[in-house]
Amino acid sequence: MKIHEYQAKALLSQYGIPVPSGDVAGTPAEAKKIAAGLQGKVAVKAQVYAGGRGKAGGIKLAANADEAEKSASGIIGARLVTHQTSARGAPVSHVLVEKVVEVRRELYLSIVIDNARKMPVMIASEAGGMDIEEVTLTSPEKILKAYIDPSAGWQDFEGRKLAYGMNLSAQQVKPAVKLMANLYKLFHEKDCSLAEINPLVITGDDSIMALDAKLNFDDSALFRHEDIRRLHDPAQDDPFEARANEMGIKNYIKLSGNIGCMVNGAGLAMAVLDLINYCGGNAANFLDIGTVNNTSAVISAFKVFTADPDVKAILVNIFGGMARADTIARGIIEAYQQIDIKVPVVVRLAGTNVAEGKRLLAESGINYIEAADFLDAARKAVDASKGGRN
Amino acid sequence: MSILIDEKTRLLVQGITGGEGSFHTQRCIEYGTKVVAGMTPGKGGAQVFGVPVFNTVESAVRETGANASIIFVPPSGAADSIMEAADAGIPLVVCITEGIPVMDMISVHSFLKGKPVRLIGPNCPGLISPGKCKVGIMAGEIHKQGNVGVVSRSGTLTYETVAQLTGLGIGQSTCVGIGGDPLLGTNFVDVLKLFQEDEETKAIVLIGEIGGTMEQDAAQFIKDKVNKLVISFIAGASAPPGRRMGHAGAIISGNTGKAQDKIEALSAAGAIIAPNPAEIGKTVKKSLKY
Repeated sequence: MKIHEYQAKALLSQYGIPVPSGDVAGTPAEAKKIAAGLQGKVAVKAQVYAGGRGKAGGIKLAANADEAEKSASGIIGARLVTHQTSARGAPVSHVLVEKVVEVRRELYLSIVIDNARKMPVMIASEAGGMDIEEVTLTSPEKILKAYIDPSAGWQDFEGRKLAYGMNLSAQQVKPAVKLMANLYKLFHEKDCSLAEINPLVITGDDSIMALDAKLNFDDSALFRHEDIRRLHDPAQDDPFEARANEMGIKNYIKLSGNIGCMVNGAGLAMAVLDLINYCGGNAANFLDIGTVNNTSAVISAFKVFTADPDVKAILVNIFGGMARADTIARGIIEAYQQIDIKVPVVVRLAGTNVAEGKRLLAESGINYIEAADFLDAARKAVDASKGGRN
Repeated sequence: MSILIDEKTRLLVQGITGGEGSFHTQRCIEYGTKVVAGMTPGKGGAQVFGVPVFNTVESAVRETGANASIIFVPPSGAADSIMEAADAGIPLVVCITEGIPVMDMISVHSFLKGKPVRLIGPNCPGLISPGKCKVGIMAGEIHKQGNVGVVSRSGTLTYETVAQLTGLGIGQSTCVGIGGDPLLGTNFVDVLKLFQEDEETKAIVLIGEIGGTMEQDAAQFIKDKVNKLVISFIAGASAPPGRRMGHAGAIISGNTGKAQDKIEALSAAGAIIAPNPAEIGKTVKKSLKY
């Protein structure tokens, strides 16, 4: 789960990590008031989950409160398109108004999980303010790493290695080491999957500060962090995904094609997208229906499909194991009874209780297209999406 | 032979009294697995389908000689269950649970280090040696005993693959679902090593997916150490970057985890790549020249 920069900075602050003074504003008038309180030059920063805001015009500098108000009115209520958003962009409902600090050096600091070593790793670099993946490729010698033994926790000697490695001055090392310890404390206590400060800056008065901040959280651990879960901004989600989520369809991702897919299991669902592609079509979504024990999830999935104007055909591919093919069949039949389904529906059932599932569908009188196997299903769905059938 | 489980496997079910635990206990017993014990704290002394239930793994092992465990415990308690099994000296622990917090799994891996235990999963369907033993949630009847080893990060895509193989008359030695999480107990290389050493296994099917670099590690191992035929499919070639495709581990982040890179690495290592997920079985049959 992602959160906004202003929320991330509030958390950093709670953990004793210095951030620029500032506050979040939902209206231009609020932005003006905050800027007036800060005095002097401020930055007005669009609050969206995507990166690349600066280049996209989502961060404006303002010399005074009036300018801040003007900048905010240009940003709030608009949609920001960055290289990380869709072409529609992300809606901006808030800006962070922050005092501009004098920057002497830009550094990089983050914590992620190293999957191969199965432990957290703190990454530090002198090359802050840039895309860290690029730094990794172009100047790998500038990337410093400290692996964190989970049973011992963070150790300050690791912090000193990183701090001296970034050529910090004698006075800067101590606060930097403290900051690193605090960042790991936050990462660990809140079950982060990413804690990134880019840039971490040395200011004109020689203090160290998080100029930008990105915190992502482990979705699987949200059950023990109600405070974090509450920070989620549903307006940042794709509207189709948000609607699907509300209807209890958790593993749904909107894609750019026109075949609505309902599959059980994530691997098979990915394979269905690939197979559709192989057959010359494109999927409108990824949807892992999971283990279905009743028909309501199937009906919800059909409601999600019919609400999506992109969907020109529907493909149901179920390999019954935990999910039973007859339950899916009943769900499809009920969906036809409850919803006006205007697009062709291709159904391929296999596995547990498949004979019963097929019989139910055949006897229901609904107008569906039966597929003999996996490949046949994809071909028929691609044909149907191009208006080739029905 | 087969790998990891066979007729000698004596299975303990952790979380046997829960809905999924009891359902799959019954399925495993029906398949012929020797389920010797169950474990749910506070339910010691009870029986589930004739299987005695214990309060601790330690007592279950002491009383029944269980040598493998399957875990159906909710995410918040699953890490504790894995560690309890390892502490009791069980050499093979299969964790089905999906959604265990990453930090908990980091503690688990730290705890398991140096202990004589193999963890399979979490977030996996388990494993099956057809005709001998099933320690998992897959439908037993789609399998057929034979000589092809299957290893996969997915559940249902493995069922699809196995059904294709069985439909073409190709049996399996063992099918191992290693799981869809980023932090796994057993990876592709571990299983490839076992299949390479297993006399019964003549060819290996490896089903990978986007996210991480486990397939590249597998490719390197195949190049260096595997002289058996490897057929592979990587799911997610059409997945968008930056999105988690259902599995916690299935995500392309930056330049890491793309399907194409995995396919190229495996192909360069000599693995045969199935053109699409519907023709994995066909590709195996053609490669084996049956």
